[in-house]
Amino acid sequence: MSLRVIADTDVCQGHQLCQGEAPTVFGFDPEADVVVVLDPIPDESLRTEVSLAVRYCPAFALSMEED
Amino acid sequence: MEKTLAGIPAVSMVLDDQDASVPEIIRGTGHLPEMRIDPIGLFHRVRAECGDVGQFRIADKNVVLVTGSDANEAFFRAPDDILDQAAAYPFMTPIFGKGVVFDASPKERQQMLKNQALRGDMMRGHAQTIEAEIRRMVADWGDEGEIDLLDFFAELTIYTTSSCLIGKRFRDQLDGSFAAIYHQLEHGTDAIAYVDPYADIESFRLRDEAREQLVARVQGIIDERVTRGTVAREDRDLVDVLISIDMDADTITGIFISMMFAGHHTSSGTASWAMIELLRHPDVLADVVGELDGLYADGSEVSFQALRSIPVLESALKETLRLHPPLIILMRLVQQDFELLGHTIPAGALIAASPRVSNRIEDDFPKSDEFDPGRYIDPRQEDLQNRWTWIPFGAGKHRCVGNAFAMMQMKAIFSVILRDFEFDAVQPLESYGDDFSKMVIQLAQPAKVRYRRRSVGAR
Repeated sequence: MSLRVIADTDVCQGHQLCQGEAPTVFGFDPEADVVVVLDPIPDESLRTEVSLAVRYCPAFALSMEED
Repeated sequence: MEKTLAGIPAVSMVLDDQDASVPEIIRGTGHLPEMRIDPIGLFHRVRAECGDVGQFRIADKNVVLVTGSDANEAFFRAPDDILDQAAAYPFMTPIFGKGVVFDASPKERQQMLKNQALRGDMMRGHAQTIEAEIRRMVADWGDEGEIDLLDFFAELTIYTTSSCLIGKRFRDQLDGSFAAIYHQLEHGTDAIAYVDPYADIESFRLRDEAREQLVARVQGIIDERVTRGTVAREDRDLVDVLISIDMDADTITGIFISMMFAGHHTSSGTASWAMIELLRHPDVLADVVGELDGLYADGSEVSFQALRSIPVLESALKETLRLHPPLIILMRLVQQDFELLGHTIPAGALIAASPRVSNRIEDDFPKSDEFDPGRYIDPRQEDLQNRWTWIPFGAGKHRCVGNAFAMMQMKAIFSVILRDFEFDAVQPLESYGDDFSKMVIQLAQPAKVRYRRRSVGAR
């Protein structure tokens, strides 16, 4: 079982809070002003950081799935 | 000339729009008279009778009301050139003034977010500002007394929004009378505006007088700044910036009103309802107080903790927002024919989503009328699991851009007041309620609570 991260760039508002929580998983595209998922299948050790990013995304643009 | 929207069921009429009790100016306007008196009853009935897509009528506009995950998602994902937000709120135009838009486009909002006060890295400073404003408000409270929740939180949030969004120097020139005037603006949002936003009714006259008073105050502040001359760059606030581009007092006032509007009655109402729900649920209140006492036992700063996770308090706030969303209906004007779940909604209609109705859909939120903060604890996470129906902040590109700010503000407010004071209801718990007679919903008065300073040993 592994963790998969999904970003809905139609909904992202560019708050960039996710980068603060998990900087190796989430980046930012300054041209489009939206999140970029750098690491769509992050290591299990990052679960807490990724779930905080998902929970506190002010746009509800992120989700996590278990593969 | 009534247009029927083929295939979309229409809700029943329970209030005759020709009834003698209906003000003459809105006779024959379909469901508008009912929306002025019992909007929640109307919106719930649309879902009960029509399902996910139903319609009602206000004056010459058909309003398609959508609820449920699929319909809400289609509504919230639609681009601005198809569903236009700015044109759907005629009651806001006289408040903001001409030339000040109701809401920026998503692109402009994103730009504002990058450059302006709601940026993530500004939050630390805002948290400090908010903590200071709360402490200033309770400084003269003494050991015990009574407050009215609407008066208290409406004044507090005038100070926090003006200080964080416009500037500290501007805020320092405001007092309680500014909040009272501002309240008249919010009160001037009678749904009669859907027929005529300048109709000759008392609440609109008071609204226009209030706006003139605010312009006069802002003019006074501008004159003072101009007389004083330029100040060092780091001391400049938004007032100085707008003066420097020769903007007049009327336009500056409109910009300030619009900046503060989204964050004011919403935060004020949410803080009040959170207090009421905590008083109604002493077990939850005890858990929240216990959590705060534990968090701050080491002397950490409110401005530090408010930006971090406070799970029990956050759950109580989320549940307050679900049951009492500050905006009960979100509207758009259909600019181009819009396909929605097999229906074609023609240009010219209004389309709406209702946070109040969607937030209480039983399938998504079991025992939906019950206050249960446990909904947000892993693995239930009923907010994230239902991201198109848990919509106190709206959803999609237009989701409230200030929601992180708002949550931080709530956490700071309750961190300060629940650690220093205990609260009791001074009226029956079921007597607290909302005044739904205006499009901007406010707490109905009286809404009094009693406070008593906690002894340090009690923590």
